[in-house]
Parts: sequence; C-alpha cells; structure tokens
Amino acid sequence: MDIALETEALDVRYGQIQAVRSINLVVPKACITALLGANGAGKTSTVMAIAGVVPNVSGKVSIFGQDMTGATPDTIIRAGVAITPEGRRIFASLSVEENLILAGAATTKSTTSAERRAMMMERFPILGERRRQLAGLLSGGEQQMLAVARALMSGPRLILMDEPSLGLAPQMVDTMFAIIEELRAEGISILLVEQNASLALEIADHAVVLANGKVAAAGTPSEIVGQDILKSAYLAA
Amino acid sequence: MDIWLQQFINALSLGGIYAMLALGLAIVFSIARLINFAHGEIMTFGGYGIFLSMALDFPILVTLTVGIAAAVVMALMMERVAFRAMRGASIISLLITSLAVSEILKVLFQNFISPRPVPISFPSLWSGSYQIGEMTIGVAPTVSIIVTISALGGLTFFLRHTATGMSMRAAAEDFEMLRLLGVRANRIIAVSFALSGLLAGIAAVIWTAQRGSVDPMMGTFPVLKAFIATVLGGLGSLNGAVLGGFVVGILEVLAQAFLLDSLAPYRDAIVLSIVIILLLIRPDGLLPAKDGTRS
Repeated sequence: MDIALETEALDVRYGQIQAVRSINLVVPKACITALLGANGAGKTSTVMAIAGVVPNVSGKVSIFGQDMTGATPDTIIRAGVAITPEGRRIFASLSVEENLILAGAATTKSTTSAERRAMMMERFPILGERRRQLAGLLSGGEQQMLAVARALMSGPRLILMDEPSLGLAPQMVDTMFAIIEELRAEGISILLVEQNASLALEIADHAVVLANGKVAAAGTPSEIVGQDILKSAYLAA
Repeated sequence: MDIWLQQFINALSLGGIYAMLALGLAIVFSIARLINFAHGEIMTFGGYGIFLSMALDFPILVTLTVGIAAAVVMALMMERVAFRAMRGASIISLLITSLAVSEILKVLFQNFISPRPVPISFPSLWSGSYQIGEMTIGVAPTVSIIVTISALGGLTFFLRHTATGMSMRAAAEDFEMLRLLGVRANRIIAVSFALSGLLAGIAAVIWTAQRGSVDPMMGTFPVLKAFIATVLGGLGSLNGAVLGGFVVGILEVLAQAFLLDSLAPYRDAIVLSIVIILLLIRPDGLLPAKDGTRS
C-alpha cells in the first residue's frame, strides 16, 4: 500500500490542554480516508498539526515518505499538501479571482498559475462567472468551491478537507461530495474530516474514529458502520 | 482666495506626510499586529541618510535614493533583529519592544551622530516659487504633493494588481490561512516592513527638505501625529490611515492659519479635541477595517 500521509504518536497541546493524544493515522494514496468524531474530539487539531500551524506538537508526521515533523507550512504545502480548512476561510475582501491568483503565486510560476486558474474557472463555472465579485459575497456552497479551487492551485497530491459540508444546503452537500470523489479519481489522496459520519462513510475507503483526542476505531467503512464505537464516540464527547 | 489656496496646498502637503507615515504604521499593524513605536526612527534614519549623502557631495538624485533606501534598510533590520524573535507575542509585548527599539535608536543617534540638528541644504530651486495667474505657489509644497500622490497611487496599484499585494491584503484578513497556502510568513512580513520603510523614507525626504535639518527626534513628532491619524481612520484600515493623515494635516493647518493669536498656544489641544469628538461619533474610526480585527 502506497502511503500519502502517516502520523505516529501525534500529540497536540494547547497550553495545559491536550487536544490530541498519540494518534497513529495512515492515509493511503488516491483514497478517501475519513476522520470522524464528535465536536472537540481532536479532528481539526490533528489536521492543523499535520499542516504545520500548531506550535505544540510531538510525534512524527511523514508525507509521501518524507519526514515533515516540525516543518513549517510552506515546506509542507510544497511537498504536495493542500488544505480546505474548517469554515472555508476564503479571503472575503478579495475577489474570487484574486483568491486564486495569490494561491497560485504562493507555490508555482505565473504561467502555470494562469493555466490552473483557467482550469478552475472551467471546472467550477460559477467561479468563472463571479470572478470579479468579492469572495465574501458568494453563497456558502460557492465559497466552499472557491476553497477547493484555491487548494487545487498548488497542484496538490494530498488534500486535507475539514468539514467541507458544514452549513451547506443538502443539494450542495451532494455536489461537494461528488467533487471529492472526482478528486480521488484524479489520483489525489484525501483526508476528509466530517461530523456527518454516515455521509462520509458512503464515499470513504477507510475511516478513523476519534474520541477525546484518541483513536477509538479504524478500518473500512463497513467495519466501522456496524460498530457501537461510532455511536459512542459521538455520544462520549 | 489666495490665502485659501495657499493654505489648501500647505494642508495637502502636511497631510500627505502624515498619510504616508500613517499608512506605513497601518500596513505593519494589519499584517504583523505590531504597533511600531519605532516608526519615527525609521524616518529619522532616512533623514541621516540624506545628510550623509550630502556631506559626501553625492548628486541630488543619489542623495534622495540613499535617504529612502536607508529608511527601508532600517525598517527591515528592525523586523529581523527585534520583532521576528517576538513573533506571536501579545500586542503589549510587541508594543513595549518597539518602544525599546525607539529609545535605543534615539540614544545611538545622539551618541554617534549628534544630539543637535545637523544641517541639510537642498538646491535653491527647491525653496523657489512660481506664479499661476495672480497666485504665488511654492515649489516645495507642490513637489511634496506630487510625490505623495505618486507614492500613494503606486502603493495602491501594488496592493491591487500584484500577487504580492493581494497576499498582503489577504494577510491582513487571515494570516494563518495565507500560510496554509504555502506563502512564507517571513517574506510577507518583510515586505510589509519594507513598504512602511519606503513610505517613511519618502516622508523623510519631504520633511528634511522643508525643515533643512535632521535631529534625533525628527521622526518623533510627525509619527505621533500619524498614530493619531491611524486611530482616527480606524486602526488596521489602510484607507482609513490615509484619510486620517489628511484630516489631521488639514486640521493642523487650518488651526495654524485661522486661529486667533490668543488661542495659538492651544493649537494642538484644539486639533486633538476635534479628533476626540470625531472618535466619539465614530468609535471605530472614519473608515474601520472590514474584518473588525482591532486590538
């Protein structure tokens, strides 16, 4: 099994509070790995630690076989990782196009960036139509698309998606999950953080359940679905 | 009529200097969350760059370039030596660090250059004037207005139309997200300091040209006014900083020109009272930062 991302004994602390305890996580290449758990289970902390923006981290993180423990985000992004964070965090005061331009300029040369931008406008026509609009004026679903397009500007091989369905209309959730499956078909590895476990388990190849900052269960969706551990992981918190 | 136009030009000229200084403060604040009390020393150092170049008999264009470059270098050095180590510290710790930097630099200027003003003499063309119809207009304020407008225009272009400029605007909104796109934090912060140094350097050129001397405290007073301007405009708001700079400059010139002689000693008090009234009406400033990220 080819591995995109692996963590060993990952610990995350915020001051006195330990958000994540000794997590071992494997994301195989070109697969969707769902990271499930209730609010406060440590999902977002895990993702942010992998991305390199949480200061108090111990344990080992390797990405495409390279040791990335303690690396800064720019090194991690350049190794082929992109992120669509919780709450989307698009730059609201910039236009749709500017959001993509700056994302491209961060990691690639301008010709590649312009090509990718054109591809994104084609792939997400609504973004093309609204390219000059302020990103803050987009609907929630459009903002999530922009977040995905912005992540794709670096040409990533692994995308960390934190709650991509949060706050979206049901139809938009379906669209978003279809996009995630498309990305997998393109060979991109995905770590999908979701509160909506049943939805995530429908498209995931593997799933990891967190409870109170620890791994409570791991396996294929069919192994996880039947187990009480999933229910109790959600109820425990 | 004549006096109004004259005062209008003076107000724009002074307001422009405050606007550039305030904008430099606002750029650094919006990105690094640092209220840089040592900004005045960046300007002063630019002034000493001009003084040194003149002492060495450099041609005028080289002199001005050296002055501006000195300010940029000083701003970058401050960031590298003092503020980078403090990154992520609380806004109060950063503020006190910048006060320390400011005091240290003033002492260095006093001990290694001179505690007294050193002269700067710009070419006589500078202090001349020209006529439009009936009106006599000074070369110095005219040039300073043109330079200010060009600098502000150039910066606006940079922020709007270059990828780095877009990143700077994005950094003001959500710096961590920008880092998550692979942008190097050090680079963006260095660019913000370089821009603030560039604006302070240009302000230093105009200021020294008008005053004809440089002393260790040169930057302190205009930057104090620029602080007031950033707060008046809305802390962290770039447009607000520029507007605030012009408002403070215009109020000062108006007070200077039209106040009764008996009230003249209260000029600053009157200007600041007007600022306080404006802030009571609009507590977030005239043009507050959009995302509400005030300290």
